[in-house]
Amino acid sequence: MNEYIHSVTLDEEKCCGCTNCIKRCPTEAIRVRNGKAMILTERCIDCGECIRVCPHHAKRAKSDPLSVIDSFTYKIALPAPSLFGQFNNLSDINIVLNGLIAIGFDSVFEVARGAEIISEAARKLMETGELKKPVISCACPAIVRLIRIRFPELCDHVLPLLTPMEVSARLAKKQASEKTGLPEDQIGVFFISPCPAKVTEAKAPMATEKSAVDGVIAISRIYPQLSAAMDKLTKIEPLAFSGIIGVGWANSGGEATGMLNDKYLAADGIENAIRVLDELEDERINDIDFIELNACHGGCVGGVLTIENPYIAQARVQLLKKHLPVSKNHALDNAATEFHWTNTLNFTPVLKLSDNLEEAMEMMTKIDEITKNLPNLDCGSCGSPSCHAMAEDIVKGNAKITDCIFVLKEQLQAMAKSLSSLS
Amino acid sequence: MNAIHLFYEVSGDDFARAGEASGDVKQKLKSLGYDKTAIRNAAIAMYEGEINMVIHAGGGVIDVDIYPEKIEIKMEDKGPGIPDLDMAMQEGFSTAPPQIHDLGFGAGMGLPNIKKYTDKMHIDTELGVGTTVYMTVNANK
Ligand SMILES: Nc1ncnc2c1ncn2[C@@H]1O[C@H](COP(=O)(O)OP(=O)(O)OP(=O)(O)O)[C@@H](O)[C@H]1O
Ligand code: SF4
Ligand SMILES: [Mg+2]
Repeated sequence: MNEYIHSVTLDEEKCCGCTNCIKRCPTEAIRVRNGKAMILTERCIDCGECIRVCPHHAKRAKSDPLSVIDSFTYKIALPAPSLFGQFNNLSDINIVLNGLIAIGFDSVFEVARGAEIISEAARKLMETGELKKPVISCACPAIVRLIRIRFPELCDHVLPLLTPMEVSARLAKKQASEKTGLPEDQIGVFFISPCPAKVTEAKAPMATEKSAVDGVIAISRIYPQLSAAMDKLTKIEPLAFSGIIGVGWANSGGEATGMLNDKYLAADGIENAIRVLDELEDERINDIDFIELNACHGGCVGGVLTIENPYIAQARVQLLKKHLPVSKNHALDNAATEFHWTNTLNFTPVLKLSDNLEEAMEMMTKIDEITKNLPNLDCGSCGSPSCHAMAEDIVKGNAKITDCIFVLKEQLQAMAKSLSSLS
Repeated sequence: MNAIHLFYEVSGDDFARAGEASGDVKQKLKSLGYDKTAIRNAAIAMYEGEINMVIHAGGGVIDVDIYPEKIEIKMEDKGPGIPDLDMAMQEGFSTAPPQIHDLGFGAGMGLPNIKKYTDKMHIDTELGVGTTVYMTVNANK
């Protein structure tokens, strides 16, 4: 369902058609056509790299305003662990949680709690020996989407458990319904998100038919109100219920640490993640049981909807963890079943040239010929990210050779020459 | 028609670049929508060959022909040649120097792996002249 719904979108008015985003996109999902960027939706993994790099702020992440919570009787905030790294001199997570109550939520349920449950369920599942090793973390939806379109052999290495966000949403709803007596549809659960990938995962999940998350609010959007409310707090209720393992998920390496197994690898930044996946696919990574990959540098603290420098946020999370117990939430025996994916992660070959191999081969031959005749400067002026991508666009009928300004110049010069020889 | 021919030169003095050619072939096979298993097998076998070219033979050239039903790879170098081919094909046999072991190579698994992941493999080698490794990976269409 809704396979191509995305959080990342373009603000046409602000886009001036420069080449920053097309060159940065890890899946070559952006073209500039008629002076404006356009996103090839089937290729977009919502990593947010284009948002990060656009100097005109023309790339945006769709998320919900705080007012979404108004349509529910009982409202629960689900703060991502990365939220805690956004505040200067924060000594206690409770201050953030109380701040969330002050701006209108009825209760809070830290996503760190779901993270602890998933850590434990994953450990148990790994012990059964049912999983294909190395197991790849499922927590960063941008990475899972990348695997889905680019790494066919790795789809069945992805940990088939729901994300901490999803687990927390389900538990929060259930507990609140038991506590308040309200039916679950009157209870709204809102994820406070560091990134667009998680917005998409809530709106059009890969793991399951429908997400229990009712709305996603960007950290950057809620920040001003939240930090103002935090400053005004007179009393701090003890609301926090998570430990080192859960809060640690904010940083790259945190999730892997929660596996309590030394044979892990953690890579952050989409380009580094791609390198790891490539090597893994070629079976060049041995003796590793678990691979944590985060699309953002530093982990989710580096999400494009956060506001603080990821390395500063990382250090803060590190400090906050000091005073916490190891873990406060435990997975029930059936957790791995209860929180198992109900969908399967199927490879979607959106990058292939044609469904027919022979036709694809003919197309590739043409692409290589055209590429040879392009200047190979990869300047991006044609609107495609590289000369090779341009050749592919031409063969697919989505661009013409004279979109290359160098080819156009040559043709104009030749025309001028033949005109002057006529006169 | 119906073959795509690719050609690569592998430099003998740049370790960091070893794997570029096999990486490119893998990318191309993926955009063709080629048989997944064949892609993996070809990528693994070719990578081993590429590393051997760099470590043992000072680089070389690679020709790849992609057909709908198979991938043919020819890896040719002008290195020292292999004195005893049967020995070289054995798992665990390696003449790689210690500094190569530090990089994680030299387990003597490269040639056996090529054999394992390909459907056909043949080596021509002559001392002082060079080595050519031919391999074929069949596609399950
Ligand atoms: N192209 C080549 N030229 C010369 N000698 C070679 C070549 N390829 C392999 N050899 C010889 O054959 C031996 C076995 O090769 P093989 O690839 O199986 O193992 P290795 O390269 O030593 O270690 P590994 O591949 O596990 O890193 C090498 O140590 C080397 O002596
Ligand atoms: S690393 Fe975290 S913040 Fe970044 S895209 Fe992935 S899930 Fe989102
Ligand atoms: Mg070798």
